[in-house]
Amino acid sequence: MKFSENWLREWVNPSIDTYELVHQLTMAGLEVDEQVPVAGEFSGIVIGEILSFERHPDADKLNVCVVNVGEDEPKQIVCGAPNVKEGMRIPVAKVGAVLPGNFKIKKAKLRGVESFGMCCAEEELGLAESSNGLMELKSDAPIGMCIREYLDLDDIAIDVDLTPNRGDCLSIAGLAREVGTLTRTAVTEPSINNVPAVHDETRLVALNAGKACSRYVGRIIKNVNVGALTPIWLQEKLRRSGIRSIDPVVDVTNYVLLELGQPMHAFDLAQLDGDIQVRMSDSGEKLTLLDGQEVELTEGTLVIADQSKALAMAGVMGGEASSVTSETVDILFESAFFDQIAIAGKARSYGLHTDSSHRFERGVDFELQEKAIERATQLLVDIAGGEVGPVFVSENIKDLPEGRTVELESAKVESLLGLKISDSEIEEILTRLGLGVQSKTESGWIFDIPSYRFDISIAEDLIEEVGRIYGYNNLPRTLPVADMELLSEPEVESPLSTVRSQLVSAGYQEAITYSFIEPKTQKIFDPKITPKALANPISADMAVMRTSLIPGLAKALQYNANRQQSRIRLFETGQVFIPQGDSLLQVDRIAGVVYGGRSPESWHGVKEPVDFFDIKGDLEAVLELTGALDSVEFVSTQEHPAFHPGQTAKLMMGDKSVGYVGAIHPSVEQRADLPGAVFAFELELGLILQGKIPEFKEISKFPEVRRDLAILVEESVNVSKIKESIEQNSGEFMNSISIFDVYQGKGIEDGHKSIALGLTWQHPERTLNDDEVNQDVSAVVKALDEKYQAKLRS
Amino acid sequence: MENLKPLVETALNTVMASDSAQALDQIRVQYLGKKGELTQLLKGLGGLSAEERPKAGAKINEAKQEVQKAINARKDELVAQELNLKLANETIDVTLPGRGQEPGSIHPVTRTLERVESFFAKVGFQVEQGPEIEDDYHNFEALNIPGHHPARAMHDTFYFDANTLLRTHTSPVQVRTMESSEPPIRIICPGRVYRCDSDMTHTPMFHQVEGLYVDKKVSFADLKSLIEDFLKVFFERDLAVRFRPSYFPFTEPSAEVDIEWGRNADGSIKWLEVMGCGMVHPKVFESSGIDPKEYTGFAFGLGIERLTMLRYGVNDLRMFFENDLRFLNQFK
Repeated sequence: MKFSENWLREWVNPSIDTYELVHQLTMAGLEVDEQVPVAGEFSGIVIGEILSFERHPDADKLNVCVVNVGEDEPKQIVCGAPNVKEGMRIPVAKVGAVLPGNFKIKKAKLRGVESFGMCCAEEELGLAESSNGLMELKSDAPIGMCIREYLDLDDIAIDVDLTPNRGDCLSIAGLAREVGTLTRTAVTEPSINNVPAVHDETRLVALNAGKACSRYVGRIIKNVNVGALTPIWLQEKLRRSGIRSIDPVVDVTNYVLLELGQPMHAFDLAQLDGDIQVRMSDSGEKLTLLDGQEVELTEGTLVIADQSKALAMAGVMGGEASSVTSETVDILFESAFFDQIAIAGKARSYGLHTDSSHRFERGVDFELQEKAIERATQLLVDIAGGEVGPVFVSENIKDLPEGRTVELESAKVESLLGLKISDSEIEEILTRLGLGVQSKTESGWIFDIPSYRFDISIAEDLIEEVGRIYGYNNLPRTLPVADMELLSEPEVESPLSTVRSQLVSAGYQEAITYSFIEPKTQKIFDPKITPKALANPISADMAVMRTSLIPGLAKALQYNANRQQSRIRLFETGQVFIPQGDSLLQVDRIAGVVYGGRSPESWHGVKEPVDFFDIKGDLEAVLELTGALDSVEFVSTQEHPAFHPGQTAKLMMGDKSVGYVGAIHPSVEQRADLPGAVFAFELELGLILQGKIPEFKEISKFPEVRRDLAILVEESVNVSKIKESIEQNSGEFMNSISIFDVYQGKGIEDGHKSIALGLTWQHPERTLNDDEVNQDVSAVVKALDEKYQAKLRS
Repeated sequence: MENLKPLVETALNTVMASDSAQALDQIRVQYLGKKGELTQLLKGLGGLSAEERPKAGAKINEAKQEVQKAINARKDELVAQELNLKLANETIDVTLPGRGQEPGSIHPVTRTLERVESFFAKVGFQVEQGPEIEDDYHNFEALNIPGHHPARAMHDTFYFDANTLLRTHTSPVQVRTMESSEPPIRIICPGRVYRCDSDMTHTPMFHQVEGLYVDKKVSFADLKSLIEDFLKVFFERDLAVRFRPSYFPFTEPSAEVDIEWGRNADGSIKWLEVMGCGMVHPKVFESSGIDPKEYTGFAFGLGIERLTMLRYGVNDLRMFFENDLRFLNQFK
């Protein structure tokens, strides 16, 4: 809410400057966003009267005016404004005046005619963004008076960003109450003179929407001069609050909205067909709003209607057909109480947000309606005359919000805030905020909650008020005291940070990509799964939830490749979302992508592109660190459509799939617009973090025996099978198997490969003799021959 | 005997002029070997008188030793020379970069998350996580944000259907923890959250850490000290912290926390909002099965990207999710 500081000070005028006022508001929870002077910086501008004018001899658009500025001699001023007329009172910048932007007014010659000053428009004084003529002042504006003084321009517009619970501060009255409490200063309300009725015309108002509208106050004012000019002081107050002046009727309702917080509406009485009813809309009912747009009302929208049609969207916006126009003679003022819940979200559902809906959504004082209508009547009659009718009130007492009381124990204030605040201080703070002490109890009070405080219903709410006004920063700080309970931490589970650091050591950068991706990309990488789609995505390329981390990483890879990065290694951890029938699986995964050279570009070595075994090695290192490697088996697979069918392994833990590692399928690379060969892995994070607790084994003091074997097998035989067979047939004391060469090509029969293996044996308690080892080797060779027709290479 | 002196002189000169171990060996044989020239002189002693013989013998032996010493010295010299030559040949440019992978880096958001988690873990807060696709109840209802509440408008929620949404904060994890465990509860909930908003200062996905402390007799004063200390520890500076009343449906009283971040032109402190906090609202306790008469608690929440930007001087929020290597690489 934006308001004029001077206006607030008419209500409450503490002896603190603007800076301190703003600070105190902010520190009381009414956060000030901005404070700006209401006019530009200028001096030397006074009120003048145009005595006469004539066309400039050499310029069609210029007039030569004779202006009385309250000095002995009138001034000759050349002026280009289109609205110059005789007798008009206007702001005049005299020679020596300084306009906003440090623009100095000097004696000048315009097309040969001397000019001693400048007649000003609103824009030139920094009062408006733009204007199309001189600023016309009232005919009784005192000639020669400083315009700053006349318009009370030494004022600051303060913008407070109110939290949604503080609807009560969306008015000068509410802010004044707050400032009065904070500064312990008395608040003076302007007196309202109720204008006596001179006719007895009313309308029947039927309240047919239950709690949604439990009080509707109206009044008919006849023969209003809609063409009257709203006085500058009122226009200025509106302007400083960010509201444009329209006509006296609208201006007055806006004024009351700002001053008291009651949104009002005015209907053109001539457009109403009979009596008023407040009801819920029928589905499909149409209404053209004040802003010209026609809306089709959904069922359950609260409307003000007459006997034949909806007139206005209650509490949100009036209708065009029944609005006050320049033709209007008689008006009907509405000042109603609409329930928060009936209005909440309604405006937004039609794409609207108005000063009225903003207040009703947050709660309007349900005891304010009559006061507001009296205030509006008084203001309107002052400006535009009119014959006032009686105020008519329709209300359903049982549907009005109930008066509330809240009990507060002073001990609870202390325990929640951590500070003893005296009973008298608590009482003073709360009563200044408008709460009443209904009764005192043994341990505290029962407070009456005023009708404008929708946010107070429990003791904690009162404690917040006390703490807020006392000042959070005046409350003490104490270190929390807790029992020293040790928390369990399963050793078998590695922290995620271990995995991260290992990948970082291997040259990977951690990426964080969006959890929602483009449907097309999702389909390219994971066509078997129909992803969960957002009902209101922020853009088409962020419309479905990822079912895999790889598409996001692939996009990040592509982004970097497009920026001349030739070697890219990325990884990410995060949730993926996999619909399974009616349910949804949300699991944590880790994935990585690599592209480009095996090693960073360097002065040594050859430039080799990364391949499957690089990324597999990176994964093995991770799994080894978490202790999961021993329980993982790499199995060749062709089942994942995003991966190359001949260069992909599925990781198995028993019969559970842990994930995949391999080359991205060339056709996927092409469709996803990837720069070249990309390798990727994606694993279930929960599974790979589960390792084992180390178990000590005795170290043998006896020498190890090594035998190297070179065997020839068909190329389709996987090394893992060979190793498995060796493990099963190499006897009790076999220690380790290493593969030190795999060769295909010259000297090897087509369709075959040569595998060179180093096997070691070791006995825990003695030295093994050659015969024992030779026996084991023979058993190994025999088994390999039987199962895989492996031949020893000679 | 008269030629002993020139002989020694010649021998010494030859030794000095030799340039290899083999040459030295030859010299040794030539002069000191069994048939060496100096050895031969010894054999010629027979022709001297008994009185002269020892004297002359001593002289010849002295000469032999002198030559031998010179040979040894020359040998050492040559070995040293050879080693120096070898070392010189083996010299490399040690300023060339080393071999191996260049380490990558963890994402700055992770870096901040890990720091924050670590501070709180040290005082007994456990890390809890939960689903990112949530139901309306855990994201809103249980946190005292009913359907019509104006606070819902501030959340810009992504929906899947009327009841399913992307969590707008990590508070649902607090609710789930309170539902499933008994106080005392000390947890922090890091994770991704989502809001349907995208401009210079908003990304539709970002990270939060929320904390929750529920026990008997937890007060606002406790909250103040923990938050203040956290901010000082995080920024490693003794910065001014202030608590400003605010509003969150799930806490009462509620506060926003500002830190000192530079000075305004007039010398006053420039305050920057960094987090929200408050005492857990009794309705939230009731929804989660905790008796608000017996327990009180506080909760706080902070945006990780914001803290990261402040800590490292990052000036564009959107960079966090572009994953530009030139950006990521800076966080080592």
